[in-house]
This record gives sequence, C-alpha cells and structure tokens, in this order.
Amino acid sequence: MTSLSLDGLRREYGATVAVDRVDLEMQQGELVALLGPSGCGKTTTLRMVAGFVAPTSGRVVIGGRDVTAAPPYARDTGMVFQGYALFPHMSVAENVGFGLEMRRVPRAERGARIAEALRLVRLEGLAERRPAQLSGGQQQRVALARALVVNPAVFLLDEPLSNLDARLRAEVRVEIRALQQRLGLTTLFVTHDQEEALTMADRLVVMQGGRVRQTGTPEEVYERPADLFVAGFIGSCNILRGVVEAPGAFRAGAMALPCAGGAPGERAALVVRPERIAIGPEGRLPGRIDLVTYLGGTTEWHVTTDAGALRVSQKTPDAADPRRLLRRGDGVMLDWRPEAGRLLSDSNEGEQA
Amino acid sequence: MGVWRAILWRGGVGAVFAVVLLPLVAVVWLSFFNQEIIAFPPEGYTWRWYANAWSQRQFASGFLNSLEIALIAASIGVTVGTAAAYALVRARFPGKTAIAGLLLGPLAIPGVVLGTGLYVFFVQIDNAIDFQIVATLPGLIAAHVLLTIPWTVRLVAASLQGLHPAAEEAAANLGARPWTVFRRVTLPMMRAGVVAGALFSFIQSFENLELTLLLTGPGRSTLPVEMLNYLEFRVDPTLAAVATVQIVLIGALMLITDRFVNISRVVA
Ligand SMILES: Nc1ncnc2c1ncn2[C@@H]1O[C@H](COP(=O)(O)OP(=O)(O)OP(=O)(O)O)[C@@H](O)[C@H]1O
Ligand SMILES: [Mg+2]
Repeated sequence: MTSLSLDGLRREYGATVAVDRVDLEMQQGELVALLGPSGCGKTTTLRMVAGFVAPTSGRVVIGGRDVTAAPPYARDTGMVFQGYALFPHMSVAENVGFGLEMRRVPRAERGARIAEALRLVRLEGLAERRPAQLSGGQQQRVALARALVVNPAVFLLDEPLSNLDARLRAEVRVEIRALQQRLGLTTLFVTHDQEEALTMADRLVVMQGGRVRQTGTPEEVYERPADLFVAGFIGSCNILRGVVEAPGAFRAGAMALPCAGGAPGERAALVVRPERIAIGPEGRLPGRIDLVTYLGGTTEWHVTTDAGALRVSQKTPDAADPRRLLRRGDGVMLDWRPEAGRLLSDSNEGEQA
Repeated sequence: MGVWRAILWRGGVGAVFAVVLLPLVAVVWLSFFNQEIIAFPPEGYTWRWYANAWSQRQFASGFLNSLEIALIAASIGVTVGTAAAYALVRARFPGKTAIAGLLLGPLAIPGVVLGTGLYVFFVQIDNAIDFQIVATLPGLIAAHVLLTIPWTVRLVAASLQGLHPAAEEAAANLGARPWTVFRRVTLPMMRAGVVAGALFSFIQSFENLELTLLLTGPGRSTLPVEMLNYLEFRVDPTLAAVATVQIVLIGALMLITDRFVNISRVVA
C-alpha cells in the first residue's frame, strides 16, 4: 500500500528553484532517506510534506488523500525537528501528550499511551522533568516519543542526529531503525551523512541542486550509481576519464583498462571503488606508491599510474603478506574485475570527489 | 591585573547603582525628618508626615483613581501591544518598519507635547462631531493606553525574538490549530515578556503627570496630580512620605512578579 506519494514536487524562492520535479512513492513501513549536500532541497521537500512550505507545483498525497492544500494540523504527519523544538514550558509527559490532547484522546488513555511511548524511547523515569533538565540525547528521544505517540501516517525526521556526538549518534541510529521497523512506520528521513543513510534506509533518494539524481536501495545506489555525482557522493570512488576502445576495454592515457560493456568510441568516465582494486606484484596496471595510510582494519594506498592517480583500499594484509612492506616509491601492479569498472557518462556537472 | 580589573568593575557598578538609588534613599530619608522646612542635618525623626498624608483624603482618592486608570490602561495596552509585537516579529507585511516606529513613538515624544497634541485633537473631535472626550475617563484612559503600548511592544518583541518558531511548528504538526498554537505554545513562551510589559505599562500609567494634568476632568485627580496640587501650598515632607509609600508598593509589586516570572531576564 502506498502511504506517501510525491508527484512532481517543485518549490521556487524568487529566482532560485529549491526543489524541482521530485517524485517518490513510499510503501507502508518503508524508511526512505533523502540524502544530498547542503542546500540541495532536502529540508524544503520534508517541509512540503509536513505542510509548512507550499509547493509551487506538484502534489503531496498521504494515505491516498491529496493534502497539497491542507494545513499542517490536518495532515497526520509526525515530525522530529532538527533542534527537537520541544515545548520548554511543559514537562516531558505534557510534551509527549500534546498530540494526543489535540486528537481528543481521553485523559486515562492518554496517560497509558504517554507511558508506553516513554518506555519505547527508554525515558520512563523522566516524565516530570522539563526539557531544559535533559541531556541532548534525552531531548532527542522526547522529540521522537512526541511524534511517535500519535501514530502518524508518515513519520518525518530532519537530521535528527546532527546534534548528538558520534557515539550517541551510532546508538540512536540503531534505536530509531529498530523502533521504526517494530512499529511499521512509514518514515522519510533527511540526512547529509551517507553512512547514516546507508545503514538506516530501505531506499535512498540522492538529491542535488533540487533534483533527484537517483532513487534506489543502498546496494543499488552504491554498486550501480546513476551518474558521477551519485558515485562520488555515496562512498568514495576513483574516476578515470577516457574513451571506450572496445566492449570491456577502456582507454585512459596510455592504458587499456577493464570495464563493463560500453559502446566503442564513446567518451566516458570509468568509476572504480577503491576496495574493488587488487594491489600486488601482478596485474594489468603498473603504478608507483605515493602514500600508505594504515587505518587499522583497512589500509589505503595512493598509487600514481599512467591512467591517473588511484586510491586502493583493502583489508589490512597480515604480517607475513609482502604487501605489508609496501612503502612510498615502490612499484606495484593494480587490477580489477571488468564488472567492477563502471562506465558513466562523462559530464562534469555536479561532480564531487 | 585581573584583581584590579575586578575591583574597578565592581567599583564602577557600585557607583552607577549609588547614583540611581541615591534619590530614592534621599526621599525615604526626608520623609522622616521632624521639621517642616527641609534642612540638613535633620532635627529629629518622626512618623507624623505619614499620619498627615493619611489624613489628607485627596491622596487616598487620587491613589484609587490612579490605580483604576493604570489597571485599565495596562490591560488594554498589553493586549493590543502583545498582538502588535507578535505580528511585528512573525508576520511579513509591507510598511512593517514604519508601523514598528509608530508604535514605539510615544516613548520618544515628551509627555507635555503628547498631552497637548492629544488635548487639541480631542477638542477638534468635540467640535467636529460634538462628542466630548476631554475631561472624561475614557479619554484619559485612551491617552494612557498610548503610553503603555510601546513598553509592551518592546518587551514582548524582545522575548519573542529569541524564540525559535520551530516549537510552534511542532505544535501545528501535532494537530494544533493556529489559535491553539498561540494559546498553548506561543503565549506561555513569551509570558515573561508579557508580564514585564504589563508591569512597566502599569507603572508608566500610574506615575504619569503630564498627560493626566492636561486631559483629566474636575473631581478625578490621580495621585501625581494631587501631589502637585499639594506642592502649590505646602513644602513639608508629606510628599516624601507619599512617595515612599509608592516606592514600597511598586518595589513589592516588582519583587512579587519576579518570583513568578523571571523579569530581569527580559528587561536586561
Ligand atoms: N525561506 C527561504 N527563502 C529563500 N530561499 C530558501 C528558503 N528556504 C530554502 N531556501 C533555499 O532553497 C535551497 C534548498 O534549501 P534546503 O533548506 O531545502 O536545503 P537542505 O538540503 O535542507 O540543506 P542543509 O543540508 O544545509 O539543511 C537552498 O538554496 C536555500 O537557500
Ligand atoms: Mg536542511
């Protein structure tokens, strides 16, 4: 069942187009992450769903009902704001109960549901506190409980983790995902953190400059990026520019490199993920090491080749492995499987390393 | 170095406080002088000026008049001023700066000028449509409302400025209609500003002399006017006694209010 659908959503601010032609169909219980660099229109899109920003054109449909013209209070969305936006003059319980009160839930039932929501976010003991008496992480969970308790048709989160420190963020990420799955909440989640998006979302919507560049599961978006922007934004990648010589052969500089498919004569960019490149004494592409970065579990080698500079990332080899001895200036050979070399059309538009 | 700085800082602050408080202390002190013509040092101390003030019934009736006018004017001014401040901070409309300036205007105009202007204006209305405003209670209250609005607008706007609209959006998102959002979220969050505005409005109206002098009618004198009248005939410390009572009452009012809302936060 479709519970949220965005249809050609567009918003202009004077001459700037903040959001342009955004289409999205969300199934019941799905978590979709809106992902993109700062200013790409994520917040604007979310606020159009909640009803705080009126679309210049396009439609917002929630649970089959066109709410494009409906005011925020008539939309049945539950939003968690970036700064939490708790009511400072109300206790935690009053904050959480506010939505129930607005829905005229009887007092007795309200109490039970508030307690249940606070239990879900593990804040049982703090019901009588004021927001100012809570830590950032606790405030964040109050905001979650406040939005969850009314059981909204669509759950909206605008960078809910950005005010938390790294450890707490990782923890809350897992908590939100578990809650969302347990309650079967249809969730639209804004973030500019690709790791957050990859770990939490069923599907990603990668945006740039107000447009959707690609929509797909984390795996699709990572393995088969639609364009150079997506390839560079999700994970890191090596980009080599050149021409397709024959199907499966890509010429960059003096070298012919393995790639997947391609029409001969086509100018293209070859995209290879650093972890798909094998490094060792054998291979097709000779190079020289510029830099070795030891990161514990993985090691990175920056290698200069005739085709260009490449970054290689592999599980750190064990002590007996000769690759452990590679140092700056050493010659090495690189190689990858043809299907690891993805051809994308070579436009410079919106590229980001 | 740091120590000297701290000492200088404290000394400076102390000096400023002394300058501000000295007149108040002087008035209170004078009110106990046991002599009719004020001279230093005092010959002795007495309560008799307080007894005298009490026996002069015009002070009590002036006090009640002032109280009535100030309460009504402050209630009207705070309601209107709060709405205006809200609109000025949150809404966008053409001519906003001009309206903001207009609302704060009465603060910048000398009371005598304002009073004279209003007097002429009221007389004109009287001449034009034969409707008397000068020397009526509603006319006087209307004039005082003008005094109270700038204070409310300024204090409420200041308390609103620091308020992020996200909490209001959160309320709307949870199903609250605009009026409910205002009543349940906006108003409580700017409560300190509103209370401070009410307090200052009240004081402003209560102690006003110039407007009242020009616009009041016979038989309805306020306390400041009665004090001025008294001064025409006698210069004994009775007025200091009345002023001391005023200082104590207003001080108490401020302390009590500050217990419920943290006014100093808004005013500072
Ligand atoms: N009220 C507004 N008036 C004018 N321009 C706006 C307004 N709101 C957003 N914009 C513009 O629209 C574009 C998209 O803004 P938006 O807030 O949606 O970006 P975002 O993807 O959420 O960015 P961030 O990650 O920094 O939060 C930006 O260029 C921004 O300057
Ligand atoms: Mg944003």
